[in-house]
Amino acid sequence: MANENVAGSEDIVVKKKKRSQWAEVWDRLKTNKMAMIGLGMLVVLVLLAVFADVIADYEEVVIKMDTSIRLQGPSADNWLGTDELGRDIFARIVHGARVSLQVGIIAVGIAIAIGGTLGAIAGFYGGKLDNLIMRAMDIFLAIPSIMLAIAIVSSLGTNMLNLMLAVGISSIPRYARIVRASVISVKDEEFIEAARAIGAKDSRIIIKHIIPNSLAPVIVQATLGVAGAILSTAGLSFIGLGIEKPAPEWGSMLSSGRPFLRDAPHVTTFPGIAIMITILSLNLLGDGLRDALDPRLRQ
Amino acid sequence: MHKYVLRRLLLLIPVVLGVTFLVFGIMHLTPGDPAKLKLGEMAPPEQVEAMREEMGLNDPFLIQYAKYVGNALKGDFGRSYSTNREVFDEVMSRFPATLKLAVTASIISILIGIPAGIISATKQYTLTDSVTMVLALIGVSMPVFWLGLMLILLFSVNLGWLPSSGSQTLKHLILPAVTLGLSSTAIITRMTRSSMLEVIRQDYIRTARAKGVSERVVINKHALKNALIPVVTVIGLQFGNLLGGAVLTESVFSWPGVGRLMVEAIRQKDTPTVLASIVFISVTFSIVNLCVDILYAFLDPRIKSQYE
Amino acid sequence: MSNEFLKIENLHIHYVTQEGTVKAVNGINLELEKGESLGLVGETGAGKTTTALGVLRLIPDPPGKIIDGNIYFEGKDVLDLTEEEMRKIRGNKVSMIFQDPMTSLNPVMTVGEQIAEVIEIHEDVTSAEAKEKSKEMLELVGIAGNRSNEYPHQFSGGMKQRVVIAIALACSPELLIADEPTTALDVTIQAQVLDLMKNLKEEFNTAMLLITHDLGVVAEACDKVAIMYAGEIVEFATIENLFTDPKHPYTVGLFGSIPNLEEEVDRLNPIKGLMPDPTELPSGCKFHPRCPHAEAICAEKQPGDTDVKENHRVRCFLYTGEVERKEEEK
Repeated sequence: MANENVAGSEDIVVKKKKRSQWAEVWDRLKTNKMAMIGLGMLVVLVLLAVFADVIADYEEVVIKMDTSIRLQGPSADNWLGTDELGRDIFARIVHGARVSLQVGIIAVGIAIAIGGTLGAIAGFYGGKLDNLIMRAMDIFLAIPSIMLAIAIVSSLGTNMLNLMLAVGISSIPRYARIVRASVISVKDEEFIEAARAIGAKDSRIIIKHIIPNSLAPVIVQATLGVAGAILSTAGLSFIGLGIEKPAPEWGSMLSSGRPFLRDAPHVTTFPGIAIMITILSLNLLGDGLRDALDPRLRQ
Repeated sequence: MHKYVLRRLLLLIPVVLGVTFLVFGIMHLTPGDPAKLKLGEMAPPEQVEAMREEMGLNDPFLIQYAKYVGNALKGDFGRSYSTNREVFDEVMSRFPATLKLAVTASIISILIGIPAGIISATKQYTLTDSVTMVLALIGVSMPVFWLGLMLILLFSVNLGWLPSSGSQTLKHLILPAVTLGLSSTAIITRMTRSSMLEVIRQDYIRTARAKGVSERVVINKHALKNALIPVVTVIGLQFGNLLGGAVLTESVFSWPGVGRLMVEAIRQKDTPTVLASIVFISVTFSIVNLCVDILYAFLDPRIKSQYE
Repeated sequence: MSNEFLKIENLHIHYVTQEGTVKAVNGINLELEKGESLGLVGETGAGKTTTALGVLRLIPDPPGKIIDGNIYFEGKDVLDLTEEEMRKIRGNKVSMIFQDPMTSLNPVMTVGEQIAEVIEIHEDVTSAEAKEKSKEMLELVGIAGNRSNEYPHQFSGGMKQRVVIAIALACSPELLIADEPTTALDVTIQAQVLDLMKNLKEEFNTAMLLITHDLGVVAEACDKVAIMYAGEIVEFATIENLFTDPKHPYTVGLFGSIPNLEEEVDRLNPIKGLMPDPTELPSGCKFHPRCPHAEAICAEKQPGDTDVKENHRVRCFLYTGEVERKEEEK
């Protein structure tokens, strides 16, 4: 509060202000215990995903079947037990983290790239173009997103790329709306007028001024969006529209454990817990980011 | 007000057309020849070609779409590739089950979510608040199909209290509805709490207290009426998630609804059924949102007076 | 025990937040008699609103806490009352008008309902009678009774404040607390609303605690005035005494920063410096960093109240003889 910078026209001033703004966000985030727990859990998950091959070899452990030890409960050899084909569940969950995080992040990336662009165009130009884009988004929103994703995957075919496309496309409208709203809110600010007055092109104004200003809500939504994407992916896999077997995916691991729910519940339980922990950590972080980026809302 | 309702009803038409166009377009990309699918892989090429002609598959895309919409308006959504039954009849026979499941789940989430949110907000910073919020956070983080399986494990397999599949009695409804409603409950709890906290800080709440209104009335009348406005919107949006989630929940509990019909149809590449299922669900969702918008106008006099 | 109508003694109110403790009210004393009007004057952040909310026990807790002191209303300390007893006073014997009429009314209730509610709570009437009376109250504040079924957003700011006044006066309170009732309104509407309040106050013989930062409003509407600075009352006097003979350097400074029609000056003479940060108040006299007469003692010791004449007391070492007045630099 003490030394609030007055927005200046010089780039240096603007940059300096922006950096301190992000530093401030980080400071606020650090004081949020729940968000830090979420971030910590997420870091562990990412490390597991990155070093998945070090933890368990894909060919030798993850997809290697051994029916002599099928459906065994947790033990010293197999920490989380084995599945119906005798594969180590812990190893598959670790490799599954790689799949889930990858699909989740890329799907959200696709959604942000397309949705964000559409939203920025709609908000920036307004008028008929805005109307056209947003009515199209309304149509997307009228279809429950999981159903849209199911339709896309079932028609394009089930593989990892199509899965990411389907999940990504079905969440486009969310980002279009957010970006459009924040573009509209900054469009009429004086610094945009000023940029226009010195003859900056539309594209420059969008990239240099408008996008940085709509970053905060997009970051929050993206964090929560990765969680949503992972849930959707698992859901699709659960009904058999996920990536091809025998690749380890949490949703399909869970699904294939279903017939053995009575005798070997661990096959179903552990992948579900893995999904839950991942989603929980992203939600904790997302909530924390929202509070940190909008101090007005902090209670 | 009548004008507003009428205008919103008319706006539904382009949305429904857009939805059918979008889904029709997506399904059109499906690889494989529906004619072959219908006749079997071994069918002679001439016969397949005749079938293609009969099914209108040789027409340009837009003509096919126009024909589809034209027939759909007459209640003809084509015949199932796998059972050869009228798709309309098939979907309609499954539809009540899905609606029953989604509405029950919605009621559960409202009846639990709103009071939980209010209690959490009025007891902010207490243990009750923290516990409620942690539970809500876990609630939104659980995959619905996993939750369903865990509930089956506990209540059907281990305790034997409730059936794990079927839809014959009210008892059969409990597990699927709770499963489907849990994440909505969590979301409504969170929304009610934050909306309530926002409203409690408003000046008019202070005015009410300064009038000598008791704390109970301040919360249940002055604050709640205002806090519910954004919550109602969320409830409407959640209904869409419930309909979507029904696809997974119905698969877990073998619930004979549209969702399971759709999953089966996808396995059999039965495009007309998939298409009709999505159209039906989306139209339902749009109608629910329309009702929510109208309800909204009744809750908020500022919006209502815009249309008078 | 005290027999006065309203007597505040040594009141301390703090807001405890993570960033620090805001000492909003620091030992104020004031008295008000039945039917009398007292103006509470000070800059934004001086603790005026907190004092007023304290009288009604409406300080938001957390973070607000009444640390020390007594507030006697009709002989009883309101700080000792149960919540239920307090509730019977609010809106009935003591009512309050808030600063911003735009946000003070509930947007989803009709104005009629909002007026009728306070009547139903405190008076033994049927809801039909309360409704009837709410229309009468609307008429009284100059709004047609048939508008009672309308919602706040259908009224202008000045009209909304009239509705708030109608709510406040509906149960004929003994004491009306008005927190900058005209600040948020247009200048032309300000005079109307102030006149309305003055007339109704006389009609109902209501005592008034008028919070404002405008000495002009005080001159027009009050019998006594208390000048607040950094959570303390630095000067307390009748209108006449204060306007003819202001004593405290802060009060003198306030008059110096208002343009005077009769005297020609080259420039206004505002008080130097800024209000202190309420989380880090200066030691001793809170005004000493800005005071033209300040000496070492002012920073060391807190001055007590000194009666300079009847109905006129000041909290300043100039009047205890401990500090010499300096000639003003011209």
